[in-house]
Amino acid sequence: MSASGERNGTTVSAGGRAARNNRLLGIGGLTLAATMIGLTYAAAPFYSAFCRATGYEGTPQQVKANTDPEGHRIVRVAFDANVAPGLDWSFEPEVDSVRLRTGQTATVYFRVRNRLDAPAVARAAFNVSPEVSGEYFDKISCFCFTEQHLGPHESAEWPVVFFLDPSLEKDDSMARVDSITLSYTLFAPPSEKPAPARSADRAGPAG
Amino acid sequence: MASVDLAHHDVDAHHEHAHPTGWRRYLLSTNHKDIGTLYLVFAVCAGLVGTTLSIIIRAELMEPGMHVFPLVSWIMSGDGSVDAAKNMYNVFFSSHAIIMIFFMVMPAMMGGFGNWMVPLMIGAPDMAFPRLNNLSFWLLVASFVLLISSLFAEGSPGMRGFGGGWVLYPPMSGTVGTPGPSTDFVILSMHLAGASSIIGSINFIATIINMRAPGMTMFRMPLFPWSVLITAFLLLLALPVLAGALTMLLTDRNFHTTFFEPAGGGDPILFQHLFWFFGHPEVYILIIPGFGIVSQVVATFSKKPIFGYVGMVYAMLAIALLGFAVWAHHMFTTGMSLNAQRYFVFATMVIAVPTGVKVFSWLATMWGGSIALRPPMLWAIGFIFVFTVGGVTGVVLANAAVTRYLHDTYYVVAHFHYTMSLGAVFSIFAGFYYWFPKMTGYLYDERVAKWHFWTMFVGINLTFFPQHFLGFQGMPRRIVDFTPAYELWNFVSSCGAYVSGAGTLIFLYVIYEAFTAKRPAPANPWGPGATTLEWTVPSPAPFHTFETPPQIFGEDAHAPAIAGHGSAA
Repeated sequence: MSASGERNGTTVSAGGRAARNNRLLGIGGLTLAATMIGLTYAAAPFYSAFCRATGYEGTPQQVKANTDPEGHRIVRVAFDANVAPGLDWSFEPEVDSVRLRTGQTATVYFRVRNRLDAPAVARAAFNVSPEVSGEYFDKISCFCFTEQHLGPHESAEWPVVFFLDPSLEKDDSMARVDSITLSYTLFAPPSEKPAPARSADRAGPAG
Repeated sequence: MASVDLAHHDVDAHHEHAHPTGWRRYLLSTNHKDIGTLYLVFAVCAGLVGTTLSIIIRAELMEPGMHVFPLVSWIMSGDGSVDAAKNMYNVFFSSHAIIMIFFMVMPAMMGGFGNWMVPLMIGAPDMAFPRLNNLSFWLLVASFVLLISSLFAEGSPGMRGFGGGWVLYPPMSGTVGTPGPSTDFVILSMHLAGASSIIGSINFIATIINMRAPGMTMFRMPLFPWSVLITAFLLLLALPVLAGALTMLLTDRNFHTTFFEPAGGGDPILFQHLFWFFGHPEVYILIIPGFGIVSQVVATFSKKPIFGYVGMVYAMLAIALLGFAVWAHHMFTTGMSLNAQRYFVFATMVIAVPTGVKVFSWLATMWGGSIALRPPMLWAIGFIFVFTVGGVTGVVLANAAVTRYLHDTYYVVAHFHYTMSLGAVFSIFAGFYYWFPKMTGYLYDERVAKWHFWTMFVGINLTFFPQHFLGFQGMPRRIVDFTPAYELWNFVSSCGAYVSGAGTLIFLYVIYEAFTAKRPAPANPWGPGATTLEWTVPSPAPFHTFETPPQIFGEDAHAPAIAGHGSAA
């Protein structure tokens, strides 16, 4: 028993050390978890910057001017215009599609009209499909870069100026792509959306 | 012998700790064994709820047409219409998944066996933060209450419950798909479950790193504590990502942020990336403790040390690390560049290598061993079989090209149920039958326990193997009704579900029988193969153990002072 008494004597200080180490490990673990939450939030701006930089998820590139030489391939570019629920505007492209040589700059207008009796604000979300073509779809100017305002029953024609990067001809995954769709959806700013529709206005979930 | 004396000495030396009795003993418990018991009881209850949901789902899918859910929906929400029934079906499979993952497998493995056995196996008196341990358990109960509440709150307009699957993808989980508060209940429930697991894993990390008995170096530690340590790190790295993503979703829903809302420049695909950055490690969180349990059981009943101990540890580490680098293989059909797909296919297939190391090491442990086919061993061998089947179909699904066809079909359902519903659950039963005598002090009826195994093995294979065929035939998952083309294998699958349901009843009977028959268990009911420290204390393990740490001399892992070294203690 005397041996165990001695052991108890040493376990007090050893116990103190253990408690301190436990606290350090606990704080370290919490820090790690907090860091991961921080990184998760950092992922949101990082992801959008990554998409803009690489064309990932069909994000078109934004450039100052077309400095590329003309290429050889001719690609069809189709246009798609949508209005999200909650915004009573009409929105359509002037043409369904254009055929375009790579490196050639094109300007296409979208007709838009506010059907409301009040002024309204909208912003266009955009991307191209197939998504691999985002890297090669260069926009010089676009109504989608900024928020758009229309007065009551006002109409407008919004231009988009773009070209296809000739380097797409060198990309294997673009070899079989001969048509690219540029799609827009107009949204009201989230805070101005009306309250979610009630059950009567909606279909049930798809079973 | 010496070590057993040591344990008795421990028990005698600590009369001064008053332990509360009655409900206080559990509500206010800071004892790792009591909290482990609470977790196990909780997991069994949640597991029964989850199993009931799945059997109702299989009853609906037994034949084409809708037969069961109009009634279920009428009972639960007073609305028996077809739309309400479809919604209720979606709510059921979503809740089944969330309950089984967060409230059955995780509490059983980490909270239950982890709490009970890790301090015993490393010779620690308790967990590092006993009060946090209590908090961790009761947070989980609160979380479960929130989840059950979500079933009765409005989700989709005019409908009850959240039916968007455990993945909670927006826009279904946003204000567009489910404007009602049900989704908020689910999100908050996941937050609490996440907080509970994060606290729990910090506790495990501190305990395992800092409180091992003298002489128990990291590489003498048994594989179960190793698996818990690795899982704890996975939880600590993965769960905050889920918490963050869900917080973004919550603020998107309620405070007009636009993380996943295209209207404000957000992207719902970002949620999928964040979710699977958590979700893929999560599936390893569910299975790695199972690897640990199976390793203990296989070694014990082959009466051999585990083959390739160090390799087993590094294989688990490799699986854990790779788990963070393969998330987008769940998203092949969301449109990724070819190179991204190439990378994720390759990285995913690499995981088969450490997994193979584990499977072959278990086989090599059994090879030439003196195998006793007692119930824990049956479950462990069953685990190795079904987990290998699930692993092989995983390699099939890793191919981005094949996934074009198999994505969201029953093939995927079969794959993850083979790894989870069979793999993880078999390892939990292996652990349960292995440690039951230690935890309760009673021996169960091994004959009935073997019946449990065989019923479950047949039933569950009958349930899930035909789902591979359904997947190849193109039957989509998450759907309440199907064309008669899929009739045969759905019928077989449902019959299998009833058989495994019967297996669950046998399981409950085994527990009932053991507690009524009260056959006292010896300290070590498994013979010379059981070399880890928990078998040196009496059964049931006394309230306090190892307050004076045991000395570990054994070179080849975890053995306390045995044989030649005994006198030194």
